[in-house]
Amino acid sequence: MTRMEKEEFTITAYTENHVGLLHRITIIFTKRKVNIESITASESEKEGIHRFTIAVTETEEAVEKIVKQIEKQVEVLKADYYKNKEVVQQEVALYKIPSKSLTNGIEVERIVRQHNARFLTIEKDFLVIEKAGFRRETKALFDDLIPFGINEFVRSGRIAVSREEHGIGEYVQQILSKN
Amino acid sequence: MKIMESQIVTEQNKKINTEFINGAEAVVKILIEEQVEVAFGYPGGAIMPIYDALYDEQDRIQHVLARHEQGAIHAAQGFARVTTKTGVCLATSGPGATNLITGLADAQIDSTPLVCITGQVPSSLLGSDAFQETDVIGISMPVTKWNYQITDANEIPEVLAKAFYIASSGRPGPVLIDITKDAQFQKFDYSYTCFKKIRSYVPKPEIDPSSVEKAASAINNAKRPLILFGQGVILANAEKEFKKLIEKTGIPAAWTILGLSALETDHPLNVGMLGMHGNYGPNLLTNECDVLIAIGMRFDDRVTGNLSKYAKQAKVIHLEIDPAEINKNVKADIPVLGDAKETITHLLKLVKPSSHESWLQRFIDCAKIEQEKVIDKELNPDSETLSMGEVINIINKHTQGDAIIVSDVGQHQMVACRYSKFSKSKSNITSGGLGTMGFGLPAALGAKLGAPDRTVIAVIGDGGFQMTIQELATIYQTKAKVKVLLLNNEFLGMVRQWQQLFFEKRYSSTEMINPDFQTIVKGYYIPTKKVTERDKLEKAIEEFLNFDGAYFLEVMVGKENNVFPMVPSGAGVSEIRLE
Repeated sequence: MTRMEKEEFTITAYTENHVGLLHRITIIFTKRKVNIESITASESEKEGIHRFTIAVTETEEAVEKIVKQIEKQVEVLKADYYKNKEVVQQEVALYKIPSKSLTNGIEVERIVRQHNARFLTIEKDFLVIEKAGFRRETKALFDDLIPFGINEFVRSGRIAVSREEHGIGEYVQQILSKN
Repeated sequence: MKIMESQIVTEQNKKINTEFINGAEAVVKILIEEQVEVAFGYPGGAIMPIYDALYDEQDRIQHVLARHEQGAIHAAQGFARVTTKTGVCLATSGPGATNLITGLADAQIDSTPLVCITGQVPSSLLGSDAFQETDVIGISMPVTKWNYQITDANEIPEVLAKAFYIASSGRPGPVLIDITKDAQFQKFDYSYTCFKKIRSYVPKPEIDPSSVEKAASAINNAKRPLILFGQGVILANAEKEFKKLIEKTGIPAAWTILGLSALETDHPLNVGMLGMHGNYGPNLLTNECDVLIAIGMRFDDRVTGNLSKYAKQAKVIHLEIDPAEINKNVKADIPVLGDAKETITHLLKLVKPSSHESWLQRFIDCAKIEQEKVIDKELNPDSETLSMGEVINIINKHTQGDAIIVSDVGQHQMVACRYSKFSKSKSNITSGGLGTMGFGLPAALGAKLGAPDRTVIAVIGDGGFQMTIQELATIYQTKAKVKVLLLNNEFLGMVRQWQQLFFEKRYSSTEMINPDFQTIVKGYYIPTKKVTERDKLEKAIEEFLNFDGAYFLEVMVGKENNVFPMVPSGAGVSEIRLE
C-alpha cells in the first residue's frame, strides 16, 4: 500500500470540550472533499478532555495533512492517525426485529448466540439485539437477521484505541502536566 | 461556557479589584487595556451598546466609520500589516457580520492578526430567525483562527483576553467574537487580565536543535544555495537577523509578495520576486539550486507553479512556525520548526561565512536578460500609451523607497510588486493569498492610520477601485492623507491577459465602460488629476506626492498591456516566459 492509495484510517484527537469544535473539525474534511465515514466524541480517560474518533478512507498523504490541520485548532491538544493494524477497534450495532420472530422456533436465539450478540430487550411487539464487533461482523449478523424483518438498524461509529502501550494519551498527559 | 480556570492558565498577578459595569463597557475597557487606539467598524442594532460605550472613550479610541463592513475589515488589515499590532473591527449582526467574511478569509490566508467583534441578537432570540440574525460563528469558522459566541457578560474578559492572545501569537490570524445584545447590556463584576497561555495551544513550536544543526550543515556544504523568504520574516520581526544570515552566508535571496520589503530592494543579495509574474532569475534557478532554504513562506501555488516540476533537484530546508505547512505542498528534507527570529538566530551561530559569487552571477546574468527583454520595455516603453511600470518607476524616483505601497489585485499589483523599491520593512501591503479585489483602498486608509508619518500610496486598478470606492468617504471623513493612484486601463486587465493568451482573445466581460472617476472623486472632496500623456506624468506625480492631504491621481495606461515574465498555469517555474 503506497501513500497515494486510499485505505482505511482512524484519526484520533484529544480536545477541550468546547461548543462548535465538532464543526471546526469537520469543516477541515469538507474543505478537502473528504467523506467522514463515522465520527464519535466522548470524554477520554482524562477528566474534561474529549476524544474524537474519526473513520475515513483516504490516502495516507491526505490523512497526514488533515491531522495536522486538526491539531492546529486552538482547542485540540493532540491529534494522530492510525492504520487498521495499529488499532483495536469496535463498533456497536443495534437491531430491532419483530417479536413474532421469536415464536418461529429457536432460530433467532441460535443466530444471536452464534454471533456472540445479546438481547438488550424483549418487548411485546419487538426485540432489540446488540452486537459489538468489526464492521464485517455486525454486517454478518444483519444479513442473518434479514429473513426475520429488520425494523430498525443502527451502528455506532468506530471507536478505537491504539496498539501502543500508552498511545497519544501519553502526549496529552505531558501537555496537561506542563500546565 | 466551558472556558474556566481549569483550562486556562492566566498571569499570576491577577487583579482583584472588580468594577460593576455592563458588558459593552467591559468590551471598551478591554480594548483600552489591549492598547487599541484605532478601531474600524460600522454600527447597527445589535452592537449599539458597544458603540454607546465607545462614545465615552472617543479620546482614547479613535473609531473609524467605514462605509461598508468589508472596507472596515480591510482597513483593520492594512493597519495591522504596517504596525504588526492586532487590527480591531466592529460590526453589527446579520449583514454587518457577513460583510466581514471576505476580510476574514483574506486575513486568515495572509496571517494577519485581527480581533473582530460582532453584535448578535439577544440570546433569548438565538435560533428564532430574528431580525438580522445570522449564524456568524458557523459562517466564519472556516475563515477564522478562532471564534466564540458570548451570551453572558461574565465571559467577556476571559474570551476577549483569549481573542487578543490567539490573534497575535504564533502564526497570527483573525479571531471573531460574537456578543449577544443582552450580554452587552448585562451588568457584572468586571476585572481583566491579559493572557499568556492556553494549554491546548502551542503558538511557537519548541526548536529542535538537531534540525537547526542539520540545516546549518546543508547550508555550509551547499554549492548553489537559494533562500526564499516570506512574511514569516516580517511577522517574527526577524528582518535584521535575516539580513545577517544572507550576508554571512552570501546566499541569494528571493521573496514572495508577502515577504517583499523585509529586505531592501537594492540589497546586492536580493535577487527578486518569485512566482507567476516574478523575476526570471529566481524562477529559473529554483530548478538549479542544490539547497533551497524557505523561510516563513508556504509554497503557494502562485510561487511554485507545477509542483511536479518544482525544485526536484534541491535539498529543501523549511523554516516555519506552523507545523501544518511542513510537507503541505513541497516535501521538506530538513524541516526547522519555530519562530523565524529564533531559528535564524540559532542558525546564524552555526553557518560558516561564505560567498557564492559565480552562482550569484547567474542571477545577475538572468537579470540582464530580463532587463533587456521585459523591464526596459516596461519602464521606457516606445508605445504612445503609458505603461504601469513607468508610473511606478517615477514614484520610486521621488520616494526613494520610503513609501508604503498598498496594492489592490490584478496586473497593477504585479507591476507594483515587481517595480516598487523598498528601503523599510512592513511597507508592501497587498492581498496575496486570497487575491481580494477591493482590498487596496481601505487597506491604504488603515495603513496610513497605522503609520501616520509615512507616505502611503494606494496603487489600484479601475476594477478593484470600484469594489470599495465608497471608502473615499472614510478617507475624506478621517482626513487621512492617503495617496490614491489609479492605473486605469479600462479593462479587468489580468483576466483580459489570460483571455488573450489562453482563451483566443475572447474578451468575455472584461472591458469596463467606466464612469468619470474625476467627477466621482471630486464628489468626495478629494483633489484629483488625470494624466494621459507621458510629458505630464512626472509633474503630476510630484504634485500627487507633495500635496498635503489625500490626493487622487488617475493615469490612463495602455489598454492591452501584459505583465511579463509569466509562468503559465500548469508549467514549471523554469518554463517562465519572457514574452
